[in-house]
Amino acid sequence: MSADVLPYTVKPHPVTGVYSGKLGVWLFLASEVMLFGALFSAYVLTRTGAPAEGPAVWPTGEATHLSWKIGGINTLILIVSSVTMVMAWAKCKMNNLASARKYLIVTFLLAAAFLFLKLTFEYIPKFHHGLVPSKNNFYGLYFTLTGLHALHIIGGMIVIAYFIGPGAKLWEKDPEYYTNRLECTGLYWHFVDLVWIFLFPVLYLM
Amino acid sequence: MNSRRQTAKGVFVLAVLVLGLFAAHTWAQGTATAPKFSVPLTGNYGPHLPPNIANIKAQPYAHTVDKLINWLHVFMVLLFVGWGSFFIYCLVKFRQRAGHKAETRPIKAKVSKYAEVGVAVFEAFLLIGLSIPAWASVKNDFPSEDKNPQHVRVLAEQFQWNFHYPGPDGIFGRTSPEFLDAASNPLGLDPSDAHGKDDIYATQLHVPKDRPVIADISSKDVIHSFFIPVLRIKQDAIPGMRIPIWFEAGQTGNYEIECAQLCGNNHYSMRALMVVQDEAAFDKWYAKAAQGPEEFNEDDLD
Amino acid sequence: MSHDDHHHELSFWRKYVFSVDHKVIGIQYGITALCFLLFGFCLMMMMRWQLAYPGKSLPVIGGLLGEAFMPGGVMTPDFYNSLGAMHGTIMVFLGVVPMLVGAFGNYIMPLQIGAPDMSFPRLNMMSYWVYATGGVIMLASFFAPGGAAASGWTSYAPLSVIATQGQTWWLIGMIFLITSSLLGSINFIVTICQLRAKGLTMFRLPFFVWAQFVTSFLLLLAFPPLEAAGVLQLMDRVAGTSFFLPEGLVVSGQQLIHGHVVAGGGSPLLWQHLFWFLAHPEVYVLILPAMGMVAEIIAANTRKPLWGYRALVYSTVFLGFMSFVVWAHHMFITGMGTKLGMFFAATTMIISIPSVVILTALVISLYNGSIRFNVPMLFALAFLPMFGIGGLTGLPLGLPASDIQLHDTYYVIAHFHYVVAPGTIFAIFAGVYHWFPKITGRKMNDALGKIHFVISFIGMNGVFMPMFFVGVAGMLRRGYDPTAYEANANLMYLVRLSSWSAWLLGVGQLPFIFNFVTSIFAGKKVEENPWKATTLEWAAPSPPPHGNFATVPVVYRGPYEYNTHDREDDYFPQHLAAEA
Repeated sequence: MSADVLPYTVKPHPVTGVYSGKLGVWLFLASEVMLFGALFSAYVLTRTGAPAEGPAVWPTGEATHLSWKIGGINTLILIVSSVTMVMAWAKCKMNNLASARKYLIVTFLLAAAFLFLKLTFEYIPKFHHGLVPSKNNFYGLYFTLTGLHALHIIGGMIVIAYFIGPGAKLWEKDPEYYTNRLECTGLYWHFVDLVWIFLFPVLYLM
Repeated sequence: MNSRRQTAKGVFVLAVLVLGLFAAHTWAQGTATAPKFSVPLTGNYGPHLPPNIANIKAQPYAHTVDKLINWLHVFMVLLFVGWGSFFIYCLVKFRQRAGHKAETRPIKAKVSKYAEVGVAVFEAFLLIGLSIPAWASVKNDFPSEDKNPQHVRVLAEQFQWNFHYPGPDGIFGRTSPEFLDAASNPLGLDPSDAHGKDDIYATQLHVPKDRPVIADISSKDVIHSFFIPVLRIKQDAIPGMRIPIWFEAGQTGNYEIECAQLCGNNHYSMRALMVVQDEAAFDKWYAKAAQGPEEFNEDDLD
Repeated sequence: MSHDDHHHELSFWRKYVFSVDHKVIGIQYGITALCFLLFGFCLMMMMRWQLAYPGKSLPVIGGLLGEAFMPGGVMTPDFYNSLGAMHGTIMVFLGVVPMLVGAFGNYIMPLQIGAPDMSFPRLNMMSYWVYATGGVIMLASFFAPGGAAASGWTSYAPLSVIATQGQTWWLIGMIFLITSSLLGSINFIVTICQLRAKGLTMFRLPFFVWAQFVTSFLLLLAFPPLEAAGVLQLMDRVAGTSFFLPEGLVVSGQQLIHGHVVAGGGSPLLWQHLFWFLAHPEVYVLILPAMGMVAEIIAANTRKPLWGYRALVYSTVFLGFMSFVVWAHHMFITGMGTKLGMFFAATTMIISIPSVVILTALVISLYNGSIRFNVPMLFALAFLPMFGIGGLTGLPLGLPASDIQLHDTYYVIAHFHYVVAPGTIFAIFAGVYHWFPKITGRKMNDALGKIHFVISFIGMNGVFMPMFFVGVAGMLRRGYDPTAYEANANLMYLVRLSSWSAWLLGVGQLPFIFNFVTSIFAGKKVEENPWKATTLEWAAPSPPPHGNFATVPVVYRGPYEYNTHDREDDYFPQHLAAEA
């Protein structure tokens, strides 16, 4: 069964007002809210229940060895990448695939920069200093939350790379379908950005 | 293959298997055996609630638990019989037969509405009138110190129950996991704490009759659950937490303590005895036990 | 209409193995799930020997499983515990849900809404293969050193964190299964929203579709917290973290080590909250599609519309919402105080109301009907009182005070099995007999079906009714040898009654398996609507071709127009245009 046989794959449904992929992505994002929500809840419960002294004490401020400057730069990087993602979709709407592609490439590079900063200035130095997930629950949750988030970034990068490369063939067959799929990717990308906007203050500033 | 042959084949194989099952049952009856226990339990045990030995005046929630279970079951049976009768009635009266067609007249289901309301009201009564007060009593009605409650700490581990009494000075010695030693220091008492010198370690729970007991439940390793059926008490033993419960036994005798949360491969045999004694006998045991392990020979389980 | 007329014929692999057709995927789910149900049942039949005759060598099979699991033919307590944990996991996650949602939902729902397929056919295929992979991982865990997971299907920490390697495989398997469910649930919701035939408004949907719709929301929103918790537990096991481990744990005389002493500071209760946040909605996932199937079969076999269709729909939606706020009734005994206890007891009492409404509506639907007692209807009818017993016995468990005595006893096992076993599984049998003609074009044998029904009904009650009594008496669940407690000595005859009933129940499934397999090839051929039902799936050929309908159907009326119009036939299918 392909797109031209299944209705409302490209054109919006008269009652729901969306094409199927968009509804699907919103539902997926709802489940992702529950996923990260569960981890944030674990963070709250673990932090409030942490003992006052001993190896399991919860580090704050300087003791976390987290640089809000690096985190802040990464936040800006992701926000800009969300903008470039929207621009890519907008250029498609304006029938300009070449421009859209450029914006997609920038988005990809920004995401790569995010991961590079994370790895080089955060993860690797921490491992060298013995600040590993098992050190205490702060690091456990820090690595789990940011690690899961990073996996989502990588997933998004793979999809964006696909639409820059082999996926762009779809533009010739059905430009509206291609544009819709970029829109869905964009929705996912904004969500990943939004998760970071919660992670940053919770982990770096509180 | 036609339907009749299919049926016949299936029935034949089935008959052989059912007969085989019957034969197996006859053979297996010879294999059942019952293990022996050295200490007989006090009370009559069978397919019903165990004896309730809680002091009815001092620990009324134990009797509320029974009341709630019994009334609920009467209620449930009434509902099931009532509603089941309607069900059977429909199956018989409205079975398909010649000259009878289904009718789609709207049904005035007043009875069902009254029944629903009645059910909801009764459920609300059970919740608000019985369960909530009983639960509040379990959680809040801890006996005050002027009632002279006996304090004890229950420390669960894979796979036994450890009981820790404060001894004649009435103060628990400090404990810490770093001092734990299975052979010489099963409670992990800090040797530098003087209050711990007279602490009692026991593997049977001795309890005075008609005097309240406050027990702090905890665990060394995984989650266990401290369950004494005859007192209607059950509390999970969670490592890292110390959770208090209270009770008062109204009858002497020997009763079982069970572990009610899967805790590993010997979960099924994590058993201890609760020995309810008259005040005099309990005091005698307590004094002797406080003299230390070398004086004190614990007569253990089976 | 078939678009693929332009394409070359699909290869064997694309047509039957990596198919994107919802019907093929539905059959794949169905066969796989039925095999897992049988396997999970066999695990339990083995356990029941140990329970009935503790410490005795299991005849025949005992010698086959090796000295590690069954030295001298007697199962070890570890093996017993892993059978228990895997029985629960396999039945719930590999058997029942894939059968209800993956098999019946996938096959029947698009047909009932007049769609050519699901909205995302490739995602559908992926869901199946991720499920199958998760299933293989779960089965492989039996071969891990130390055996399969043995900490219950509930995997409470810290026990699950210190358990042997099989638990890690369990966690990885769960991540696959959860992912499969999430992908599937997105597909179901979008399909129901977007691909309904013209004229098929939401309130003209068959109740089965509503049930699948709400179920999909439960899967979508309740599973992710368990996925998160699974990742956290994996890290506790593999990376030395202490999300669920408090300070100061001493296991077998040693402080807990993972290369270094574990830091601690975590909470075992965090696992329980995250687990039950999913696992409670999960039980509604187990029952709602079953109720949907029973409703379809009752409507078709009473020849009148369901009573209270709107009440059914609103109750189902309300039930879905409520299912998210009752989870801690599984945790009353953890040290919960009065406020939380009162809250969860109240929500649990409230959630019983929509369940009762649904059950009552189905029973009232029989009134004034013309009831046909064919095999699917026998199972659908039996579902009603069996689910009634299961639901009613939830009451003493949902009130904290009575739960003190009943928590973790056989009473709990009897309660939930009544709902899932003579409840949901009877609904599954009913669905198999009912929709077999649509899927294969043939009927299953009636006489064998009736025998299957009678033995199953007797067997189910024989297994689970004694457990209520044994539970009230205080016998605890997950107990390798009940005779280890003196108080259980007088109850062993009831334990043996359950065991023999279980083996009888097992024997009783053989006519079903035989019937199912032989009828695929040699069952009596029937026309496309043998039950004379009104819903859209019966308008398609049996089996439906790729694309399902020769012409796209249009819907003109509600789903249960039986004997509501003056016509020659006593039913008016949804897709037939009004005459004159």
